[in-house]
Amino acid sequence: MDLSFGPEYEAYRAEVREFTAEWSAHAPLSHERAAEFRDRATERGYLYRGIPKRYGGSEREFDAFREAIVAEEFDASGLPWRLGAQGVGMIVPTLLEIGEEWQREKFIPGTLRGDYVWCQGYSEPGAGSDLASLRSSARLEGDEWVINGHKIWTSDAQDSNYMFGMFRTEPDAPKHAGISYLLLEVDQPGLEIRPLRQIDGAVHFNEVFFDDVRTPADWIVGKRGQGWQVARVNLKYERNLGGGSMMRRHFNGLLELARRSEIDGRPAIQDPVTRRRLAELEGYVRCVETTYMRQLSATANGEEQKVSLPILMNKLYGTDTREKIARLGYDLVGSDGLRAPAEEDLKIQSNTETVTGWVDQYLFSLAGPIAAGSSNIQRNIIGERGLGLPRDLRSPS
Amino acid sequence: MHFGLTEEQELLQQTIREFAASELPAPKLRALFDEGSGHDPGLWAKSAEIGLAGLTVPESYGGAGLELLDLALAFEVLGESALPGPYLGHALAALAIAEGGSEDQKQRWLPRLASGEAIGTVALAERNNVWECADWRVEFRDGALAGEKEFVPYAQLADLTLVGTVGGGLAVLERDAEGSRVDAVDGVDRTRALGRLELTGARAEALPAPPGTAERVLDAGRVLLAADSFGGAWKLIETTAEYTRTREQFGTPIAQFQSVKHMLADAATEIEPARGLFWYAAYAWERLPEESPRAAATAKAHLTDRAADVSRTCVELHGGIGFTWECDVQFWVKRAMFNRTFLGAPSAQLERVADLGGW
Ligand SMILES: Cc1cc2nc3c(=O)[nH]c(=O)nc-3n(C[C@H](O)[C@H](O)[C@H](O)COP(=O)(O)OP(=O)(O)OC[C@H]3O[C@@H](n4cnc5c(N)ncnc54)[C@H](O)[C@@H]3O)c2cc1C
Repeated sequence: MDLSFGPEYEAYRAEVREFTAEWSAHAPLSHERAAEFRDRATERGYLYRGIPKRYGGSEREFDAFREAIVAEEFDASGLPWRLGAQGVGMIVPTLLEIGEEWQREKFIPGTLRGDYVWCQGYSEPGAGSDLASLRSSARLEGDEWVINGHKIWTSDAQDSNYMFGMFRTEPDAPKHAGISYLLLEVDQPGLEIRPLRQIDGAVHFNEVFFDDVRTPADWIVGKRGQGWQVARVNLKYERNLGGGSMMRRHFNGLLELARRSEIDGRPAIQDPVTRRRLAELEGYVRCVETTYMRQLSATANGEEQKVSLPILMNKLYGTDTREKIARLGYDLVGSDGLRAPAEEDLKIQSNTETVTGWVDQYLFSLAGPIAAGSSNIQRNIIGERGLGLPRDLRSPS
Repeated sequence: MHFGLTEEQELLQQTIREFAASELPAPKLRALFDEGSGHDPGLWAKSAEIGLAGLTVPESYGGAGLELLDLALAFEVLGESALPGPYLGHALAALAIAEGGSEDQKQRWLPRLASGEAIGTVALAERNNVWECADWRVEFRDGALAGEKEFVPYAQLADLTLVGTVGGGLAVLERDAEGSRVDAVDGVDRTRALGRLELTGARAEALPAPPGTAERVLDAGRVLLAADSFGGAWKLIETTAEYTRTREQFGTPIAQFQSVKHMLADAATEIEPARGLFWYAAYAWERLPEESPRAAATAKAHLTDRAADVSRTCVELHGGIGFTWECDVQFWVKRAMFNRTFLGAPSAQLERVADLGGW
């Protein structure tokens, strides 16, 4: 065991830090400046290391530590380097893994620059955890797919250029084998987006209705009927947890809150019950951080099989810990917990600066156990794949 | 950067696992537990042969010269196998002498401790939940000890006992010294014996330990208890998973019931991600001394508490049999109780986490 990164990586960290300091001086960045910041970061090899230059990446040798250092430093700086989760986080790696060459050339560069925003059309009113029961359909007419149906909970659809989604194309095939993975343009006749208001009042997700919506026949990822396998590749990326540095940031926000809130006329951080709860949470946050370190080390040293079990737990553990932080924060704002989240709180996710930001966190953290594979589904995965327990009884596929 | 185990460390764990499997089959563990002394001289001697008694003792004094992380990894397996014996007190006594003993004391004691020929222990606790050095009240004056120590592991058996004294000092007390009296304590965890030590002018020799040595011994102990808890909890999760796969009710293995599966998944998710806590704390003890006290307190508070929770869930999942003396699950339930309380309960450790964090 050796936790030092060594002089080479420390020098790299210093270089990255200098870069973020320069850009932070101009923060907050306009839309154009933000794009320029990401371009410069890519030129220097800070972003998109694993993506070939011809698709707009920086094409550097695999180096998990350099990647981690950049993520840590960029996160700490608060600069806008993380683009929409669905685009860079999901469709780009999926296309790189199984897309056609022309699809990569067409879609990846614009997505990396932030010009193309994507949404994910999976869930339907009747198909949530049991996603393979989805019914929205696509049928091939000449050189176009014609899509009909209804998607729901589609995050960011109102801001998106493109959607990737799953549609039933082989109505006679068994449940899982009848689905194809299609890409489509969002702005077109027949596609209607109805915003849905979230529990905290913000509007991020939507219902999407398809009435003879069209997309070219070759805007399909993988083959006909293989959409389920493609989605599995893609969900793998969705469940990747950000590093421990994000959790530490949230926790630091909570500590700051405990320093400035008062209980019985003194700072909450001096209140014995609060101290106890914070210290207990420190244990959970350390678990997130050290588990992340284990996974980083294993990835960098080619020992990934040694961390297969904790990887199964990332989502459940991460959302549980986030919820604990949000709930303690909500307790600390006291009677101000009666207030509704303010407009600004809804814009900045996880605002730790204002009391109502913590009201929003209390509400927003309710999404964690539902979105991207519910907590119960995670427990099934941990029990079945991790502990070798028998599979649930499921409807025949 | 490498935050993982080396092949040597994996081999060390494998060796101890195999040792426990061959030398401590279930009926033998059961017999030792029922008999209640927490000690089997043959088992101790054989474990010393594979090096367990002197893992961190420097090579120049006959030990293996390993680090606290290696010792903690050994303790993870001791926890897994519920191996009865004086390992904890012995390891801490050896660390104390190696860190704070005079050259003469090291030469006199370390080789005998490393070989297992002599058994060491530590007398730290005092009445009213006292564990911290700053609260010790046993007097050491003109070479004589006066006062009482509680919950001394294997007090009856130890050839030497390191006694914590006023101001955070440590004094070496030899076995059967005049003015010392040992009474057995009927401990809840029958794999680890405890005694009470009464000192009325017993002759002892101070360790010329640099300031902070006693604190470091406590920190090391907390890391070892965290590791032991991890091993024990994981063992219970695995055996309980196996039990639920085979026990049938309503015509199907009970693991088929999702509530059972989810209880186990939650238990596993409480424990597995905490592995890095004791790794890190052990590493910090050697390499990042300024972080060590807080890392040790965090690991101790978190792991021993989570392990206690998990042990209770595992009893529940065994049903009626889990509540019996016959059922082996109780070994780990009781080790979890010991680990949670010994060297200061989670509540006390959490307060230290807050203090040491400057909160
Ligand atoms: C903030 C947010 C953003 C989202 N963004 C998107 C998006 O961009 N695109 C998209 O396609 N979807 C999105 N979703 C939808 C999300 O993927 C679904 O909500 C999720 O898959 C659960 O489906 P459901 O809502 O139908 O709940 P259900 O599947 O009906 O689940 C209801 C409850 O039953 C439990 N449950 C279900 N099945 C089982 C089982 N087998 N065993 C035990 N318990 C079970 C669940 O754990 C849950 O507690 C988003 C959701 C949220 C909250």
